[in-house]
Amino acid sequence: MLIRPKQGILDPQGQTVERALPALGFDGVSDVRVGRMVELDVEDESRLAEICERLLTNPLIEDYEIVDDR
Amino acid sequence: MTRFGVIRFPGSCDEVDALLAARRFGEAELLWHRDRDLKGVDAVVVPGGFSYGDYLRVGAIARFSPVMEAVAEFAADGGPVLGICNGFQVLCEAHLLPGALLPNTSLRFIARQVEIEVVNAATPFTRACEEATQLSIPVKHTTGRYYHPHPDSLADQVVFRYAPGQNPNGSLADIAGVANEAGNVVGLMPHPEHAVDPLVGSADGGKLFESMAWVPA
Repeated sequence: MLIRPKQGILDPQGQTVERALPALGFDGVSDVRVGRMVELDVEDESRLAEICERLLTNPLIEDYEIVDDR
Repeated sequence: MTRFGVIRFPGSCDEVDALLAARRFGEAELLWHRDRDLKGVDAVVVPGGFSYGDYLRVGAIARFSPVMEAVAEFAADGGPVLGICNGFQVLCEAHLLPGALLPNTSLRFIARQVEIEVVNAATPFTRACEEATQLSIPVKHTTGRYYHPHPDSLADQVVFRYAPGQNPNGSLADIAGVANEAGNVVGLMPHPEHAVDPLVGSADGGKLFESMAWVPA
């Protein structure tokens, strides 16, 4: 599961990373957002969305994406 | 005499201060996170700390503890529930309060005395206060930036605001504490239980416990 702060929500962690990059010579980087990744094995894929919405994310402030990495 | 129940989760750290603050105005006992009944208390305090290590997201795991099922039923029946700091975060995660708490814009832990304004003095937690009065109460948190997608829609549900210029964490509209629609559940980031004696600089926090202990004539 890739979990990201929702668009429009201030992400001070992303902003801090973005400000640090030019200092290392990495110019032209914008819109840095820092999220989280949760890896799991699951027997019943049909319940993945429910897992994300009820526990792994707070849908008010975060979006998620399910990536099948078999 | 009002009987307070103060919840203790693994990782709580302000439950004893909350217990002692409540005992200035009534009787109080601790409730364990595995308790499925609230032992007949009249009011519940969900205290500050780091319930379940704040793993995943603040308040996210505590929400599923057995005692929180009982708290949700108690709240649905109109029982007064006060969430302080981590307790506020838990109540938001449990959908007993609107909104969510995000990391402070500074990304730093903040511990300082702040002035908060009582915006709504008609709740069971503020009725001992005058409307627009200011309370001096400490904050201490890393994840206290209040967020709501439509803060204007909260209207009377905003109970406390940081005084002008004192918003410590980037909260939307300077919101320090909110109520549910019915007004019987309130959460705030500042710690009233740490400000109940002039010895520590302020006794203003006692007003919340005094309000909760108020038995209407």
